Amino acid sequence: MTTVFGVPIQALFSQLLVGLINGSFYALLSLGLAVIFGLLNIINFCHGALYMLGALVAWLLLHFLDLGYWPALLIAPIVVGLFGMLIERTMLRRLQGLDPLFGLLLTFGLALVIQGVARNYFGVSGEPYDVPEQLSGGKNLGFMFLPNYRGWVVLVSVLLCALTWFVTERTRMGAYLRAATENPILVQAFGINVPVLITVTYGLGVALAALAGVMAAPIYRVNPLMGADLIIVVFAVVVIGGMGSILGSIVTGFALGVIEGLTKVFYPEASNTVVFVIMALVLLVKPAGLFGRTA
Amino acid sequence: MTTQPVEAPAGVKRGVSRRDDVRSLRIPMLAMLVLGLLAPFVVYPVFLMKMLCFALFACAFNLLIGYVGLLSFGHALFFGGAGYLAGHAAKVWGLPFELAVLTGTATAALLGLAVGWLAIRRQGIYFAMITLALAQMFYFYCLRAPFTGGEDGIQGIPRGKLLGLVSLDSNLTMYFVVLAIFLFGFFFIFRVIHSPFGQVMKAVRENEPRAVSLGYKSDHYKLIAFVISAALSGLAGGTKSIVFQLASLTDVHWSTSGEVILMVLLGGLGTVFGPIVGAVLIVCVESYLADLGGWVTVVQGALFVVCVLAFRRGIIGELSRVLRRPL
Repeated sequence: MTTVFGVPIQALFSQLLVGLINGSFYALLSLGLAVIFGLLNIINFCHGALYMLGALVAWLLLHFLDLGYWPALLIAPIVVGLFGMLIERTMLRRLQGLDPLFGLLLTFGLALVIQGVARNYFGVSGEPYDVPEQLSGGKNLGFMFLPNYRGWVVLVSVLLCALTWFVTERTRMGAYLRAATENPILVQAFGINVPVLITVTYGLGVALAALAGVMAAPIYRVNPLMGADLIIVVFAVVVIGGMGSILGSIVTGFALGVIEGLTKVFYPEASNTVVFVIMALVLLVKPAGLFGRTA
Repeated sequence: MTTQPVEAPAGVKRGVSRRDDVRSLRIPMLAMLVLGLLAPFVVYPVFLMKMLCFALFACAFNLLIGYVGLLSFGHALFFGGAGYLAGHAAKVWGLPFELAVLTGTATAALLGLAVGWLAIRRQGIYFAMITLALAQMFYFYCLRAPFTGGEDGIQGIPRGKLLGLVSLDSNLTMYFVVLAIFLFGFFFIFRVIHSPFGQVMKAVRENEPRAVSLGYKSDHYKLIAFVISAALSGLAGGTKSIVFQLASLTDVHWSTSGEVILMVLLGGLGTVFGPIVGAVLIVCVESYLADLGGWVTVVQGALFVVCVLAFRRGIIGELSRVLRRPL
């Protein structure tokens, strides 16, 4: 068998794939965080909890309404997105003009509530969620075995990231959004309904997290705490990339996923911590983050 | 970007001198002292010791959020890390009580120096995320490190003797030692806040660019405050692990970092007595709700939401506004 640095090439590529999958979720979540932060000036701590909620809604749809993966891929983000808009309208809106730290504390509280309620009804062991029929099985690429579903997740994530980039950078709606990030009062004076824009943006950012949750459901088990540890890694990703640019979030997310996957092959003990170590190094060399403007 | 991290402590009137400020706190301090001395004869001392440890932890945390305006989301690192080291020192190295606790405190101070040095490079929200991430890294380290005992933690830590003379096996004796440690930490923080150093800290909180323009090296002040806060959190954590004879992963987990934030938020950010009231209340709530299991997190989360939306000054903050005096 071919080996690279004493590691079988098959193991290397399969961990690389796992890294890409994790990277997809990092990218999708940090993208949502960056867009929300730009407009609301709030770090959405409940992003991980809403990602979990997406997976949970998919599971509930399957068990109570007999709706499978494909409808869930559409319905769960809409449900969670509406829930997010409700949160924005009723709570986050009241924090405008206050120190952003209060937004962090509020969303942290919301994450505790959402995760706590989910844990009380579902326990901590988690529920399995089957891979949809159309995507089961896999292909032998010669150098590795590629499960169809995992290829699908990476593909969809890349497309979603590209779509988000396109919407924010190349469309009229995106132009409003970027303008409102720079100067909301002026944009409002030009006749654009900024409060609605904020609500919709928050809803979309959250829906993106929920979509990631649905895609994650067949890979990991649907577990009430699946978002809790993930969000901390995503925070580190955000610190490394800086929240200044959409493209930066995407690249950093995928890159860190891959680095994490490679660490699992060459030095498994450090695979949990490698992202945090890189964060510390980046802070030493380039405190504003790799793609960040000055803090 | 100028941040206004915390609303100015309510009731602090301009023009009131610092000496009056300190003087007006005499009565509540005396009340606290009497309460602390009498409480163990009414309430189970072990329960009170838990309150005192968390109260000191909350006071140390408040020094940072309330007076420098830095929100650390990783203070469990210092609390739990010191707990492990103090436990290890007492159990494996056989150090006496006071040296074991000091080992924990010193470890926390060193960790604070390292984390603070990295984290103060960024401000506001990023500071919170960096501290959270570094604390999570430490959590994974503790999960794997050989001396922490992984999921089991360090169990059966001996309480030993104070200065080699007084056995600490009696809960009542232990209580008064913990009370003394708490009071030391409390008055230390009180002195720091009311010192010229503390005034500069507050200036950095209110308007950092202006403090810098006046010639103060704001990063030095932030780092020193961070190390003091970490060391005192370590003092609390080290004491707790020896009192309960257990150092576990819970104390380094992010949920503990969240808990101490909630205590300070509920009691009142930037107030002298707020963290103590918050810690006492949260410890009570948790022990009353212990039977409900998972609902404790839901209650904690709901408290966060209510505090942030409707009650940002906290209990003591509101009280001091009504009484029109700083508390």
